[in-house]
Amino acid sequence: MPGFLLEMQLPGLMPDGGWILLAKKTITGPAFIENSLPNVYAHWGDFLSAMKDTLIMELWAGSVSFLIGLILGIVLTVTRPGGILENRIIYQTLDKIVNMFRSIPFIILLTALMPLSRLIMGTAIYVRGAIVPLVFGCTPFFIRQVEAALAQTDYGLVEAALSMGCSPLDVIWRVYLKESIGHIARGTTITAISLLGLTAMAGAVGAGGLGDFAIRYGHDRNMTDITWITVLVLVIAVSIVQTFGGWVAKKNTH
Amino acid sequence: MKPLLQAEHITKDYQLGEVTVHALKDVSFEIYEKELIVILGPSGSGKSTTLNILGGIETVTSGSVIYGSLKLNKADPQKLTAYRREHIGFIFQFYNLLPGLTALENIALSAELSNHPLDPGKLLEEVGLADRRDHFPNRLSGGEQQRIAIARALCKNPDLLLCDEPTGALDSRTGVQVLKLLEGFCRSYEKTVVLITHNRDIARIADRVFYFKDGRLEKIETNPDPKKPDEIMW
Repeated sequence: MPGFLLEMQLPGLMPDGGWILLAKKTITGPAFIENSLPNVYAHWGDFLSAMKDTLIMELWAGSVSFLIGLILGIVLTVTRPGGILENRIIYQTLDKIVNMFRSIPFIILLTALMPLSRLIMGTAIYVRGAIVPLVFGCTPFFIRQVEAALAQTDYGLVEAALSMGCSPLDVIWRVYLKESIGHIARGTTITAISLLGLTAMAGAVGAGGLGDFAIRYGHDRNMTDITWITVLVLVIAVSIVQTFGGWVAKKNTH
Repeated sequence: MKPLLQAEHITKDYQLGEVTVHALKDVSFEIYEKELIVILGPSGSGKSTTLNILGGIETVTSGSVIYGSLKLNKADPQKLTAYRREHIGFIFQFYNLLPGLTALENIALSAELSNHPLDPGKLLEEVGLADRRDHFPNRLSGGEQQRIAIARALCKNPDLLLCDEPTGALDSRTGVQVLKLLEGFCRSYEKTVVLITHNRDIARIADRVFYFKDGRLEKIETNPDPKKPDEIMW
């Protein structure tokens, strides 16, 4: 029975585009994969690397978007009219920029941002080239999620904190963020799942990933079992994200 | 007696779209140390605006408010934050406890902000809720939440306690409990308390009563014989 090579690697973007190898092991697949999923079996290596590419895009673009989105979501909340650091110019500018990026279809963003990608990441193709457009596609969405989460905060609490002598930074930290962890967790879950959808398009710039894998083999070569397995993997991934996000949200809601 | 705070000819205008609302029109008064003051008046008479100005949450449109050597009307936001932090305790009609913190943590939060705080655990005992220390606010009744809110305000050891309708959402028996705490703080800690209400019965516990109407301070009445909260019922 032929085996296949499983390389366990640390998802990381090395400057030379390579990955850190953790372990290399040849394992033999169960016979049913060979028999009932012949195309998946034949392209097992591609399948694994597609999963890896998707995971890397999700983690990198997701982490960067989380940080930037959280900060800008807070900025939008506190600078809005009636906010604790009301500032018309910052609020209006940021609000318009978010709307603009949210209205560009991702497939257009993907190619439109190629020069910027080249500038930041050194290349506009492969997984490295997809990270910048993914961040631009995902962050505005997450900013709105953060904004909506923080908007749930009772303004009475903000007032109470201010009246105690909390500075605006204290209010952001102690009231807005700490009281919204549950809502932010829900918003993060929705964003992570929508980002997973975006990574499926990254194949357009040669980034690979599960979407690309399913289109290239499942659709273009009519290998239906590949399409089904891809869908199955994505369903499992979404379920894991959703369950984890729901758990965090529940733990932080009183 | 020495005035703790002086307000002179203060006015406050709000811009609501095209319309200017005159919330306060030329109001002057002094507040002395250790006083219990009740502000009476119908809704929209400028009571809350006055309280927010005393607490440094809002600024006057004209006139001056002086606390010791600090001119609140000239202070920048940082100065006002420091003023609230060091001198002011606020109590609201709807408690405004942080729902993600337990009773004790809510009280301790304000202790963290103060340079000379009282012991949060001891205050919890003083308001009679020691057994509720690890409960979250949504598991407490309105009266209990208000007592936690009072402990939170007192924990900072403020010089001036400002209360905006503290009994407004409570029944009369629970309301008296809350008033007893506030009155006790004023008398035993010798601190100043300013309390807003539209309930005339509550005014009987005050040293002085300020009557507000249409953004003006109509009259100030001195009460020769302030009652204990136990002696009033409504």
